[in-house]
Amino acid sequence: MKKNLILTIAMVTVFAAFTSCNNSGNSNGKSGALSSNVAEKVYVAPGEYDEFYAFISGGYSGNLTVYGLPSGRMFKEIPVFSQFATSGYGYSEETKPMLNTSHGFVPWGDSHHPDISQTAGEIDGRFIFINENNTPRIAKIDLKTFETTEIIEVPNSAGNHSSSFVTENTEYVVAGTRFSVPIPQRDMPIKDYKGNFQGALSFISVAPETGNMDIKFQVLMPGFNYDLSHPGRGKSHGWFFFTTYNTEEASTLLEVNASQNDKDFIAAVNWKKIEEYVNNGGGKMMPADYAHNVYDEHTHTATSTMKKEVRVVNPVDVPGAVFFLPTPKSPHGCDVDPSGEYIVGNGKLSANLTVHSFTKMLAAIEGKKFDGEAYGIPVLKFEDVLAGSVEQPGLGPLHTEFDGQGNAYTTFFISSEVVKWKLGTWEVIDRKPTYYSVGHLTIPGGNSGKPQGKYMFAMNKITKDRYLPTGPEMEHSAQLYDISGEKMELLLDFPTHGEPHYAAAMRADLIKERSQKIYDLEDNKHPYAAKSDAETKVVRDGNVVHIYMTTIRSHFSPDNIEGIKLGDKVYFHVTNLEQDFDVPHGFAVLGQNTSELLIMPGQTKTSVWEPTKVGVWPFYCTDFCSALHQEMQGYIRVSAANASTPLKWSMGEDIE
Amino acid sequence: MKKQNIIMIVAALLPLGLFLFPLWRITLEAPQYPTPLAMNIHIDDFSDVHPHDIKNINLMNHYVGMKYIPEAIPEFKIFPAGILITSILGLLIGWKGNYKWFLGWFILMLILSFAGMYDFYLWEHDYGHNLDPKAIMKFTNKDGTVMGFQPPLFGSRDILNFKAHSYPQFGALFLGLGIASAFLAYFVGKKNKSKT
Repeated sequence: MKKNLILTIAMVTVFAAFTSCNNSGNSNGKSGALSSNVAEKVYVAPGEYDEFYAFISGGYSGNLTVYGLPSGRMFKEIPVFSQFATSGYGYSEETKPMLNTSHGFVPWGDSHHPDISQTAGEIDGRFIFINENNTPRIAKIDLKTFETTEIIEVPNSAGNHSSSFVTENTEYVVAGTRFSVPIPQRDMPIKDYKGNFQGALSFISVAPETGNMDIKFQVLMPGFNYDLSHPGRGKSHGWFFFTTYNTEEASTLLEVNASQNDKDFIAAVNWKKIEEYVNNGGGKMMPADYAHNVYDEHTHTATSTMKKEVRVVNPVDVPGAVFFLPTPKSPHGCDVDPSGEYIVGNGKLSANLTVHSFTKMLAAIEGKKFDGEAYGIPVLKFEDVLAGSVEQPGLGPLHTEFDGQGNAYTTFFISSEVVKWKLGTWEVIDRKPTYYSVGHLTIPGGNSGKPQGKYMFAMNKITKDRYLPTGPEMEHSAQLYDISGEKMELLLDFPTHGEPHYAAAMRADLIKERSQKIYDLEDNKHPYAAKSDAETKVVRDGNVVHIYMTTIRSHFSPDNIEGIKLGDKVYFHVTNLEQDFDVPHGFAVLGQNTSELLIMPGQTKTSVWEPTKVGVWPFYCTDFCSALHQEMQGYIRVSAANASTPLKWSMGEDIE
Repeated sequence: MKKQNIIMIVAALLPLGLFLFPLWRITLEAPQYPTPLAMNIHIDDFSDVHPHDIKNINLMNHYVGMKYIPEAIPEFKIFPAGILITSILGLLIGWKGNYKWFLGWFILMLILSFAGMYDFYLWEHDYGHNLDPKAIMKFTNKDGTVMGFQPPLFGSRDILNFKAHSYPQFGALFLGLGIASAFLAYFVGKKNKSKT
């Protein structure tokens, strides 16, 4: 009997295995020997390149990770809002100013929504922007060097979440607040939230040539939570759409109190109109306090400037600029299709997926068919702006992306799946499970007029059993799907780093060609750079000692230093003289109370050391730079504060 | 003007291409250099093929005690003068001289070219063998002698982890065509002579 049972189970298992094989074959429209090999589709042979870059936010890592698709291999972690001991970002003297804010030095951030710069509605791969949620900031990463080159703090904002999406020509990178707060900030009872708190939507201009960021204006909206946003494009270029929740304006137990209204809003903002208003002197400058940090790749140094005012606009003062589109219930993602006609409100607590029509919205505004107003902002009628809804597609819709072929792909957090549906007919075409509890999804070129299709990946919040266990804390999982066919096909599971909230991806060719290999030593304008061994020196100025040091395979110069005393503040300014691709040198000294430095060819970085003990302390290269890496070391002698050891240094000979 | 004289004038002008194009190129390939290191040898200069190649060749070579590739060598003054003088000479005999002079110029150029190659060989030999006694890594041949790192004069050769290639460039082609044309001028002249 027991034997029979085992046999039955075995047969069922075998049968299941065969049927599942067949299914995967069928889903591809092929069968038998012709069925495509999934492994082949994600296999990028050694030495060959992936077709796409994917830039995946690190969430609570504060950083941005770079992946290749379809392989799912991680290439780099770009430090943005968090100190990064690996390279010394946020630890070196040059990069500390990058993390300066009006609240002082903030060593950590929560990075959310990367978005790549665009020209004429197409991804151009020059810059990638990303928002910091906790201490509101927007960063710009230069995709020539894959380094963070600018960070601007966003005043009047709190929980910088409906950010950092760019308009069709990167005129603006937009940052909306998740939490409404008193504006200006002041000491007041929390219970007086309603009617008193406000939400700032910030339009940060991006200079066309340099990419320099500047807050052009902030629209001070009613005290809702502004969750996500996307720009209009094509016909709707000039508008920006923001989802809201907590239109109840609750300040406590939001999970219940902010889930009461049948409908929240999508705020439609005609930024062109407000821009014109502002260009004609509209709005008012209000006192503010925010940091603007810029990294100069010639001095290899960041500077932080505190700005003291910002231009704010009351939406009621600009008639026809802002409207509310009722959208069920607590919508999260606010996604605009490639044509610019459809605005998808992913009502995360709704049974249906709501799609608004831009044309109908304009007609309703034209006809002044309003359903009352909220704090002076006209509310349009739901039926007047509705293009259609996808009926019962799944539970907990969060985010929709488009393939440019008339299809949309929506993630469903609660039912852990991605659903493919058709724009216009609103019919569901396919659904595939995710593992597990998917947040956002990405199609290369997604937020643009020209999505690049082929793949879609879903970023999940829960990993559980997908990989070999690593204790209670795990990296999050992502799944890659082939979307070139009618049905989606799951290709790959890959772990991501931190908590990826969102990603941007694009074809590799545009970025790959421009990627810089080294920094030109000739262009190094660092005030403490030594551009050859002959320029090295040690200079004492009271208790401060500046060491102008060089590295080249395989030595430091100088590598013997004497005359340092307890109480000194020693600056190691290390210049990497190499001019060859991928020959960094590292620097660390025993007892250093900061991170190592990792210095790229042609670059200068500075580490501060305040020795606490008398002795002879070694320093060495931390990067396996060459066959003589292990020999790449030196000594620094620390004498007592009252000692008379003269300040001397050498390389290649003894200090006499 | 006679056909052979025109050819001779062309022959005398062709070597001037050395002032436009490199004479020779030495390329070093290794797995960790997917873009190989390479140096062009011009008649009056060494130059990088890709930015910083010479600096990086020097960095590699210092491990085995080779000297840095010099910024300038005396040949960079002698060779251009030699080419200018022989070109002017070639133009003069192309303008005035008879075909027997062409043969003379042809032989002169052959001798000078071989002398130049020999000089280059000597420099290369010194560069590859005159090593710093404090070299970081010392290699010996199977017979116990100190291993040299001379790149080949012409062709390809394995040197430790590198594959070194040494081949003529456009400048050498111009020189070669010039010399060959002089012989052609002589040949045409001789043929015309026997006809008359």
